[in-house]
Amino acid sequence: MTALPLILTVFVACAVEAIEALTIVLAAGLTRQWRSTFQGMAAALVVLAAVVGVLGPTITLLPLGALRLVVGALLAIFGLQWLRKAILRATGHKALHDEASAYLREVAAAKAAPQVAKGRVSDWYAFTLSFKGVLLEGLEVVFIVITFGDNQRNLGAAVIGAAIAVVVVTVTGIAVRAPLAKVPENAMKFAVGIILTSFGSFWGAEGAGVTWPGGDAALLVIVPVVAVVCLSYVAWLRRYRPAASLGQQTPATEGVTG
Amino acid sequence: MLRALKSFGAFWYDFVIGDDWHVAVIVVAALGLTALLAHVAHVSAWWLVPLAAFAALAWSLYRATASRS
Repeated sequence: MTALPLILTVFVACAVEAIEALTIVLAAGLTRQWRSTFQGMAAALVVLAAVVGVLGPTITLLPLGALRLVVGALLAIFGLQWLRKAILRATGHKALHDEASAYLREVAAAKAAPQVAKGRVSDWYAFTLSFKGVLLEGLEVVFIVITFGDNQRNLGAAVIGAAIAVVVVTVTGIAVRAPLAKVPENAMKFAVGIILTSFGSFWGAEGAGVTWPGGDAALLVIVPVVAVVCLSYVAWLRRYRPAASLGQQTPATEGVTG
Repeated sequence: MLRALKSFGAFWYDFVIGDDWHVAVIVVAALGLTALLAHVAHVSAWWLVPLAAFAALAWSLYRATASRS
């Protein structure tokens, strides 16, 4: 994989996580207090940087075969999780992750919570809300950056893809001062799930000792095949939509096949 | 201390394994079988992991939707 596809893959995967983190940060900042929110965000970023600083170089020390086996297994499991959620949401079997309603829920909870100061943090609720949101979503970003970056022996390109995603989402969020509800998050999650599953299967099998027909070019077949199989699962599940969503033009029908 | 360890473990379980642990078991088993075939029987079973992934996803989706309907 050259640097550009790696950057693009990591960009899309990390953008989804950044959108979810942005929703939480906006809810904390706009309803509580920006200073404590930024403190929470900064603390989470320090923890994430430490994780990258420790794990990134450590994983690089592993032999490539073992690295691909472990990382392939993790990526395939992770990717299948994403696909499972995205397919269930696209077919109406699970509610879509709606950033607008998630934002409203966070705002309601933030307004109800009392203001408590601890140490240099004047609003502990805003701090912890922002810290947890950025840390949890950031860990997924770190996971993707390290696995893709180390496997391709190009951690720098993966970091660039993630950084661009975070900057683009943050700048857009600051500009509109609202959660990015119009982004087709489920379709993005579906696409990333396909990529993670494809690369996970490819690297995992390679780490297990398999030689793929065509070498790296096999990925050009694996990715579309995974996409076609997943789209056929979407078609299959749409036939068995739960009774509650039948007859409704809900957003749950959007997002994957359009 | 025990509570903290439990919640730490629960977080990583949820982070890596997610909603359906069967999927993780099937993927790991498929990789193990692939390694066995490659190193013991000298068979390059490149098709095994993707097939196992498709089967695991189909089964997981079926279980998730069957329990809701």
